[in-house]
Amino acid sequence: MGALPVEDPADDRWSMMMKAAMAGDEGVYRRLLEELGRSVRAMARAAFARARLGDADVEDAVQETLLAIHLKRHTWDPGQRLGPWVNAIARHKIIDAMRRRGARRAEPLEDFQDFLPAPEEEDPHALSDAKKLMETLNPRQRDIVQSISLDGQSIAATASRLNMTEVAVRVALHRALKSLGAAWRRSVS
Amino acid sequence: MKTSELIAALAADPVPEPVHLGRRLAAAVALGLVGALVLYGLVVGPRPDFAEALGTIRFDLKFVDALALALPSLLLLLRLMRPDAKAGALALWLFAPLVLLAAAVVAELIVVPQDEWLPRLVGQNMRYCTTMIPMMAAPILAALIVALRAGAPQHPGWTGALAGAAAAGLASFLYASHCPDDSPLFVATWYPLATLVCAAAGAWAGRRFLAW
Repeated sequence: MGALPVEDPADDRWSMMMKAAMAGDEGVYRRLLEELGRSVRAMARAAFARARLGDADVEDAVQETLLAIHLKRHTWDPGQRLGPWVNAIARHKIIDAMRRRGARRAEPLEDFQDFLPAPEEEDPHALSDAKKLMETLNPRQRDIVQSISLDGQSIAATASRLNMTEVAVRVALHRALKSLGAAWRRSVS
Repeated sequence: MKTSELIAALAADPVPEPVHLGRRLAAAVALGLVGALVLYGLVVGPRPDFAEALGTIRFDLKFVDALALALPSLLLLLRLMRPDAKAGALALWLFAPLVLLAAAVVAELIVVPQDEWLPRLVGQNMRYCTTMIPMMAAPILAALIVALRAGAPQHPGWTGALAGAAAAGLASFLYASHCPDDSPLFVATWYPLATLVCAAAGAWAGRRFLAW
């Protein structure tokens, strides 16, 4: 069997946060993804360093991991801790990113949870493939993702600017994120 | 795009309908079985002496073998849909059909005279067996792969191969009621061959469709 069930769910802050996020709390979800992203970044940086790869693609691995966490969050069993599940996803994505950079053999990766005490901030100068992959989206999808992510607009503001209903914006955003995930996958193979 | 910007987009994405992995897999089995049953009804059908055969141990053993493959494979598939899954002791149950077959083969070799061995192994319709089991497994495998896409398996190829084996187990269960060859010597030779074909197809489909 997998990990033992959480003895006291209150012990596991991230599990609680993910439950709140899945119940619709956007603010908690954003904070959770930020925290997870910082620890995933430390994990990816260590893995890249050990494989003697430069830091250039670390941010891609972080973003791919976060997108996979988002698109696959229903595969987390709420009776288990969130950490080991995030670790499994991060390993999968970091190894993919390293292969893409030409690492022949995946060095053994350290556990995600070893990086909890030393999270890392994003390098403000890091460029990522995401920008390139955005071009695979159709113009309307790209517009919506840009409006919400880069320009920080709300769904409501985006909807009124594009003369769409909020529901339509949400659906388009969801489709766009899914095809972003697919585009990333294609860039691996 | 900066990671903080991606997070903003992810957080704005609405909460989806809950996905029940177990229900999806169960629905896939049901749907796939409908497809296999249609094929069975149209071109295969039960053998004429089905009722009498039910009383013989060699005939019944074929169904037990098929279930011994299908059940642990399906349970393991359900587990492997999660990225942090560990196969654990459940994977050992995949040996159950092999152990069962091996024991049956040994018993058959003991009770049947030697000059009967080869005719029983070759049987009457090995070609039909090795084509019809994969044919009936195909709709089940297709449905399983679609359902598994909701998951995030660590090893897409292996998970697909296991789906192929599960589909072959279910198809063998149906096919066994048609097949006139009951000797374990036949079953241990041709059914596993058909299963391997399905597992290979599943491995291909897994690498192609289950990567995430």
